[in-house]
Amino acid sequence: MSPAHYIVLSVILFTIGALGFTLRRNAIVAFMCVELMLNAANLALVTFSHSYGNLDGQVAAFFVMVVAAAEVVVGLAIIVSIYRTRRSSSVDDINLLKH
Amino acid sequence: MIALATVTGAQVGFYLLVIIMVIAALAMVAARKAVHSALCLATVMVCLAIQYAVLDAPFLFAVQIIVYTGAILMLFLFVLMLVGVDTSDSLVETIKGQRIWAAIGFLGLLIMLLVAVGAGITAPDAGLTQANSGGNVQGVAALLFNRYVFAFEATAALLITAALGAMVLAHRERLRPKKTQAELAGERMRRYAEEGEHPGPLPTPGVFARHNAVDTPALLPDGTAAPRSVSTTLKLRGSIHDAQTLAAPTARTLRAIRGDGTVQGLVEPGEDHLIGSGATPSDIAASGGDEAGEADSEAAAVEQGATKQEVEQ
Repeated sequence: MSPAHYIVLSVILFTIGALGFTLRRNAIVAFMCVELMLNAANLALVTFSHSYGNLDGQVAAFFVMVVAAAEVVVGLAIIVSIYRTRRSSSVDDINLLKH
Repeated sequence: MIALATVTGAQVGFYLLVIIMVIAALAMVAARKAVHSALCLATVMVCLAIQYAVLDAPFLFAVQIIVYTGAILMLFLFVLMLVGVDTSDSLVETIKGQRIWAAIGFLGLLIMLLVAVGAGITAPDAGLTQANSGGNVQGVAALLFNRYVFAFEATAALLITAALGAMVLAHRERLRPKKTQAELAGERMRRYAEEGEHPGPLPTPGVFARHNAVDTPALLPDGTAAPRSVSTTLKLRGSIHDAQTLAAPTARTLRAIRGDGTVQGLVEPGEDHLIGSGATPSDIAASGGDEAGEADSEAAAVEQGATKQEVEQ
């Protein structure tokens, strides 16, 4: 398998994630789409690591995973605390700064 | 035939995985319920782990399954359960033409990324056989603890901060002191004195000849369903059985037996309202072991036998 196949797959997954992020209103689902985009970027990193024959890409993918874990923890905590005060997880309802 | 001969097992595996991944990713975006989205995302992540294994990254294969599908997705599911599984998206477009513009943006981004990232592949595939010669985990560790050691230490600070931040965000300040058991009991008795609210536990759900679950209401001595014997959550969901339909077959059987005249002596004249409520708590409470209680239990025994007969028929 040539690396181009994996890059195409990674790009498709990334754009599907971006599409979901623009379309979905539920904050948790939008967050899942961000995770899909991070995963697609990871696939590209691992593919380039394989393509260039060194392990730096894999280390970068590992760091992306660590940052994603931290980001998910804080993001979900924010969603829960917003849900507690506003009783909603829709991103349309969070417009308090506008008023 | 020539094209068929060049197809390898790796290619077949890759294309099968691609089909599953793209369908699951699209289903994640399209699914109405958030739980279905999470399930589709799990599928994509497990398939990605297999792709990593094919790409000579066994360490990332394990980390992908343990960290992503194991930890992160479970966190998503926990939050989904906290926030409520039923909160589905509204399908009303708040921004005019959002879907059309999203589709245009999707196509534009797809083409742009294909050209831009695809241009990153300049040399032919070098492969990782040389880099992985000392073992993949050892190779990654050597890079992580030598060249990238400061980045590694920065992630430690990041993880600590994230854990602290999550605790601060999820923490709720207690505004008034926690009530002790004595205070709770005092409140309950005060409510009983002032409003006449029953201080004891709520009645248990009904036990019928064929149903004894939490969604079956108990019957009161006058034959009506006891409203407090079932949970209000189940009542709001509308998944409560109708007590009268549950009691109806037993009542029919009893009437049939009485028509035969075989057990006429056991069934008291004014007993109709007790039919079907053989073991409801209100009955047991009402008949503390006196003669009426014995008659009741006999009637219940007859009822059970009759139900068996009906089943055999």
